[in-house]
Amino acid sequence: MPGITREEVAHLARLARLELKSEELDHFAGQLDDIIGAVARVAEVADQDVPPTSHPLPLTNVMRADEVRPSLTPEQALSGAPAQEQQRFKVPQILGED
Amino acid sequence: MTDIKTDIIRLTAAEIAEKVASGELTAVQVTEAHLARIDAVDEKVHAFLHVDRDGALAQARAVDERRERGEKLGPLAGVPLALKDIFTTEGIPTTVGSKILEGWIPPYDATVTRRLKDAGVVILGKTNMDEFAMGSSTENSAYGPTGNPWDLTRIPGGSGGGSSASLAAYEAPLAIGTDTGGSIRQPASVTGTVGVKPTYGGVSRYGMVAFSSSLDQGGPCARTVLDAALLHEVIAGHDPLDSTSIDAPVPPVVEAARNGTVAGMRVGVVRQFSGEHYQAGVMQRFAESVDLLKELGAEVVELDCPSFDLGLSAYYLIAPSECSSNLARFDAMRYGLRVGDDGSRSAEDVTALTREAGFGDEVKRRVMLGTYALSSGYYDAYYGSAQKVRTLIVRDFEKAFEQVDVIVSPTTPTTAFPIGERADDPMAMYLSDLCTIPTNLAGNAAMSLPCGLAPEDGLPVGLQIIAPAMKDDRLYRVGAAVEAAFVERWGHPLLEEAPSL
Repeated sequence: MPGITREEVAHLARLARLELKSEELDHFAGQLDDIIGAVARVAEVADQDVPPTSHPLPLTNVMRADEVRPSLTPEQALSGAPAQEQQRFKVPQILGED
Repeated sequence: MTDIKTDIIRLTAAEIAEKVASGELTAVQVTEAHLARIDAVDEKVHAFLHVDRDGALAQARAVDERRERGEKLGPLAGVPLALKDIFTTEGIPTTVGSKILEGWIPPYDATVTRRLKDAGVVILGKTNMDEFAMGSSTENSAYGPTGNPWDLTRIPGGSGGGSSASLAAYEAPLAIGTDTGGSIRQPASVTGTVGVKPTYGGVSRYGMVAFSSSLDQGGPCARTVLDAALLHEVIAGHDPLDSTSIDAPVPPVVEAARNGTVAGMRVGVVRQFSGEHYQAGVMQRFAESVDLLKELGAEVVELDCPSFDLGLSAYYLIAPSECSSNLARFDAMRYGLRVGDDGSRSAEDVTALTREAGFGDEVKRRVMLGTYALSSGYYDAYYGSAQKVRTLIVRDFEKAFEQVDVIVSPTTPTTAFPIGERADDPMAMYLSDLCTIPTNLAGNAAMSLPCGLAPEDGLPVGLQIIAPAMKDDRLYRVGAAVEAAFVERWGHPLLEEAPSL
């Protein structure tokens, strides 16, 4: 079973969009290693022929009638936006410099 | 504080509702008494993140006016409540205990919020919690810890420690919690209060900030079994706005709470809920509870549920996996914190800087753990296996409930531990959920209620009762019988032994 290195934590942080500080990488590497070492026990059942359960209820698609109903106004929808312009969410540039 | 106010805050929710309906008390009087209590003690307890004084008094006045007009009031009209800060409240801040939502004012009410308002329940404010409900101590709140009213240097449980502490401190007779791995039941256990995780799908998740969607479930918290049942009935039931909401009648929980009995019932004790991690005083009070059940006429059956030993491991793969996906919405674009938007950085950089600044350590750990468990190459070994464990746990419960009507266990292996003791030791913290997690994975229903004080530290111990899905009424039938027998034995409710604040 694995050991989580500082480099792997940095990779996970990039995937998870977390700009971790250098000291956090060391701190989390030790802790994630402990946690994964403990939870890896689930692999005991990996070879068993058991169907997976993703949800406690059988999930079915739920539809509603295609009717207009009250919803948020544009002002309400934008009320928590960090920045807005022309009744739209204003975001930083989507493409970086490189 | 006058005597009448002291008396008011010690009433049960059922008693308050009755006195408001009869005119003996007004809802405004009741609300003012609880607001005064919050003023007096919450600086020490820190159960609340936000107190909505004006909103609470307006709601109380509305209840009083309806009564004056001769309208029939609901069973909890005029009763104050503390709402966990995970449910959206229109016009009132909702933070989920996180810096990333500091100052966010939702433009809509959660279904639970709406149903409380419609029932005339008076929402006093929003309670403290572990950030995004991830934790067992409320120490992971970005806004500081909450003290346990039994000993302010100890944790009130988590994630719903603000809700449990508000009850134990007599700041509110009712509270709402959410339970993903034990966040209603474990706080109830360590504060000597009552908490219920309803059947998954029993209470709407609309407007409840998502942590782990296949496990999250809102539910009632109170000081008595009957009060929890009355609240359960108000918040439960089908909601078209939640696609996982069960479209079936709410189990008859109030009727069950009013007719407590265990005579002739078969009660299961699971071998796996014991061992090295359990405190001696917790096991002693649990053994006494089992003896009490026998005295009250129940037949006790020992059960073997081997897959439960893997429950904790499966949970700490499934919950982080779902959270890593759910929390992707906190991207600094549409609401919440935005950091580093200086005109030169890309949206992706701003997202990463914002999440770094806005999330606390436990949230970061779980998001990365989930990202790891779901990555290709590890998926089958971790997430895939965890889902198989989930099936095995469901099967163990099915087999168990062929033999018994309910299962009992300690709610959590220890009493309240000191603030700071496990704060940076995630595995030690996770053990708090050892007995509560199987129920979340299977989606059935469970309650915690007080069963005494541990002799070694004088702190409350919780008894957990587990029932099959949609048999939530059995929790209340058994819980009410156990509660009545204990109160008779002790001569008073357990909470009366808590030191005054």
